Amino acid sequence: MTTKAQAVLDWIDERFPLTSSIKGHLTEYYAPKNFNFWYFFGSLALLVLVIQIVTGIFLVMHYKPDAALNASGIPAAFASVEYIMRDVPGGWIIRYLHSTGASAFFVVVYLHMFRGLLYGSYRKPRELIWIFGTLIFLALMAEAFMGYLLPWGQMSFWGAQVIVNLFSAIPVIGPDLSIVIRGDFVVSDATLNRFFSFHVIAVPLILIGLVVAHIVALHEVGSNNPDGVEIKKKKGPDGHPLDGIPFHPYYTVKDIVGVVGFLIVFSFIVFFAPEGGGYFLEYNNFIPADPLKTPPHIAPVWYFTPFYSLLRAMVWPLFGLDAKFWGVVAMGAGVVILAFLPWLDRSPVKSIRYRGPIYKSMLTLFIIAFAILGFLGTKPPSYAFFGVIPGAPVAQLFSLYYFMFFITMPWWSKMDKCKPEPDRVTG
Amino acid sequence: MKKLLTALLFTPLMALASGPELHLDKAPLSTEPAALQNGAKLFVNYCLNCHGASYMRYNRLQQIGLSEQMIKDNLMFTADKIGEPMRIAMQRDEAKVWFGAAPPDLTVISRSRASEFGSGADWLYTYLRSFYRDDARPTGWNNKVFENVGMPHVLYELQGEATAKIIEHDDGHGGKSKEIEIEAPAKPGKMTAEEYDHAVADLVSYLVWMGEPMAETRKSIGTAVIAFLGLLFVLSYLLKKNYWRDVH
Amino acid sequence: MSVDQKMDGGRRQLLLATSAAGGVAAVAVAVPFVGSLTPSERAKAAGAPVEVDISKLQPGQMMTVEWRGKPVWIINRSKEMLDSLKKTDELVSDPKSDKPQQPEYAKNETRSIKPEILVAVGICTHLGCSPSDKFKTGAESGVSADWAGGFLCPCHGSTFDLAGRVYKNKPAPDNLEVPPHKYLADTKILIGDDGKA
Repeated sequence: MTTKAQAVLDWIDERFPLTSSIKGHLTEYYAPKNFNFWYFFGSLALLVLVIQIVTGIFLVMHYKPDAALNASGIPAAFASVEYIMRDVPGGWIIRYLHSTGASAFFVVVYLHMFRGLLYGSYRKPRELIWIFGTLIFLALMAEAFMGYLLPWGQMSFWGAQVIVNLFSAIPVIGPDLSIVIRGDFVVSDATLNRFFSFHVIAVPLILIGLVVAHIVALHEVGSNNPDGVEIKKKKGPDGHPLDGIPFHPYYTVKDIVGVVGFLIVFSFIVFFAPEGGGYFLEYNNFIPADPLKTPPHIAPVWYFTPFYSLLRAMVWPLFGLDAKFWGVVAMGAGVVILAFLPWLDRSPVKSIRYRGPIYKSMLTLFIIAFAILGFLGTKPPSYAFFGVIPGAPVAQLFSLYYFMFFITMPWWSKMDKCKPEPDRVTG
Repeated sequence: MKKLLTALLFTPLMALASGPELHLDKAPLSTEPAALQNGAKLFVNYCLNCHGASYMRYNRLQQIGLSEQMIKDNLMFTADKIGEPMRIAMQRDEAKVWFGAAPPDLTVISRSRASEFGSGADWLYTYLRSFYRDDARPTGWNNKVFENVGMPHVLYELQGEATAKIIEHDDGHGGKSKEIEIEAPAKPGKMTAEEYDHAVADLVSYLVWMGEPMAETRKSIGTAVIAFLGLLFVLSYLLKKNYWRDVH
Repeated sequence: MSVDQKMDGGRRQLLLATSAAGGVAAVAVAVPFVGSLTPSERAKAAGAPVEVDISKLQPGQMMTVEWRGKPVWIINRSKEMLDSLKKTDELVSDPKSDKPQQPEYAKNETRSIKPEILVAVGICTHLGCSPSDKFKTGAESGVSADWAGGFLCPCHGSTFDLAGRVYKNKPAPDNLEVPPHKYLADTKILIGDDGKA
């Protein structure tokens, strides 16, 4: 480095921790050398966040959160989305990037969370990372839900109608609460405007803050790895972990491969299947919102459907409160229970590599339950497999399993026959 | 246990849809300029009186091979500037009184009509060929795909007036299910059945094109993007391998 | 272990190639985003060329039409008005309209295709106010005793003659802009398109 550049750098470093931050988080952040495929999804989630923010900034320049009908009888918000798609140069690419990005975000985040389950990344000392993560997941759900209202199509409108009405199930304050959320007695222009505000300002701010906290906490304790052993326990004479390598350049070049691989799949959807077969952009959402006409079948977007199934599974009143309330409780608990995972898991080992058959089968069944709950959530309650096996009891059974997986974990995770963990990572 | 798991895992893939089934004919779509131009002509003449296409600008028709002058002379009846969208003069409140519901805007109709039974084009293609005479309806028309539809059969002078035989079945649970069988037009129209199907196919092709005029551009950009990313993938993979030589 | 020490030729080449390809990708991504900042189809439709019928415009009269949201003046100059341009030749800063800010056909003394018909954007070239017309001459105009007729910008006092040429030593730097236009017929002007762009 030339002395002049060094002088500028020194000037900055005396006032701002630039060099030390780069060292601490990149060039001298030692990550385990045995990351596998599952470790791509953290950096990919960050990439999708950036895609959403950048495309979002440009969409806001043309979008209008306005439910009033224009001269052709179309709500201005709906019309402004078609304006972006047709009249704004390059607008369709930006919009498809954003709409596909929403689904991609959940794909990536679900896989990222699954990685945590595989290798016990939530275990001590990473409990806070996991809790920040579940908060990110919650914020992401709020962000996606409010963003989905903005195109002001039929699914936007009725989806918001149903979800906001969930809050009315809360005893005593519920009905008033849902009116406060909507700012009206139905989902209306007021709702659209406040959701727009939350979607573009409030929730993204929270999301970015949580992401920073998530990464700071991670870099404080260091990354877990597929073997679930702590690399900091074995350090070389230079004080660096023997099984660690600097994040930069090794994981930056590796993550670039992951990013490009992801972008290939992502571009394929954006350019060849932006509707995602009706799962990413629902067909009914190409009809402007009509408060007087509910579409025959409403389903949330695919990433909410497992939790939507938990909601629908509760059909019995309990303790003097009606089924609607318990449905909302089940849905909320389905997300919140994730945060307790670090204290529910009592296994002596972290990684699935050294766990016994109980964890392996419980986790397999959990993934199957989650997938089937997700599938059934896209279908009407009357759905039956092969036209004969009714879907509703199946959903109830798997909902029960979903919660049992967590609630009974302290016992079966302890009982499991684990293999001994190695001292060092196994490559 | 394992058998059960595999069974459960694959059920979603084999699952059949429940609920009322719709049998849709596959629309023979075209992206040929001639077909799209014919479809645009049919659209402007038969649809654009009651339905608007308020996000579709006339000058965009240049994309399907029409010149500005041709558009102005032959297609532009509802606007006086080529850059204007295809609006209609009909008042929505009046339309609501006449038809029971205001006719929907058709710009993106082909995208909204897709379902598990077929694409939006399939639905439109079947719908426009499924009108039959029904004196019980205020318009005198009914439709097999869209029961008790508010819209009359505007293309009847082309297709002729079809009638339908209603067959009622016992569904075995004490109820009755209705099957509608459309019969060949008793009063023939200007077109033979084959010509009519062809005309509807052109019209639907146009509606699909109008639903997303940049669809073809999108795909060609996509091919270039993915090819380039493929190259970048190889380069970045080689770079990663090179760096990771150091890691043992 | 420093990375720089191990930078062999192969690695350097790969790094360069990947960075170059990545740079190309970044530029390609920027295209739709920058594109989305340019006028949309709606703006273009609203700013489309305007047809104006000037058959009823008498000598000495002026009409204003809107093009791209801006006032465009069309002035049918009388004989006296055209004569006044000779007098102002020496008072204006760019009498022959040599500055390359207008179409070829405005590079003459009258700054017009037909000598009597002036078509100009009625926006002061200083900071964008719309000047007012002061067609009366002399003290009666309220501008100055030797005023030859023209335009006065109310914002910062720039003055223009009847060909839209800016007077010397005024805040406005350039003559009034002549928009691209052409004659579709003898009395029909198309503003916004001269068939050359």
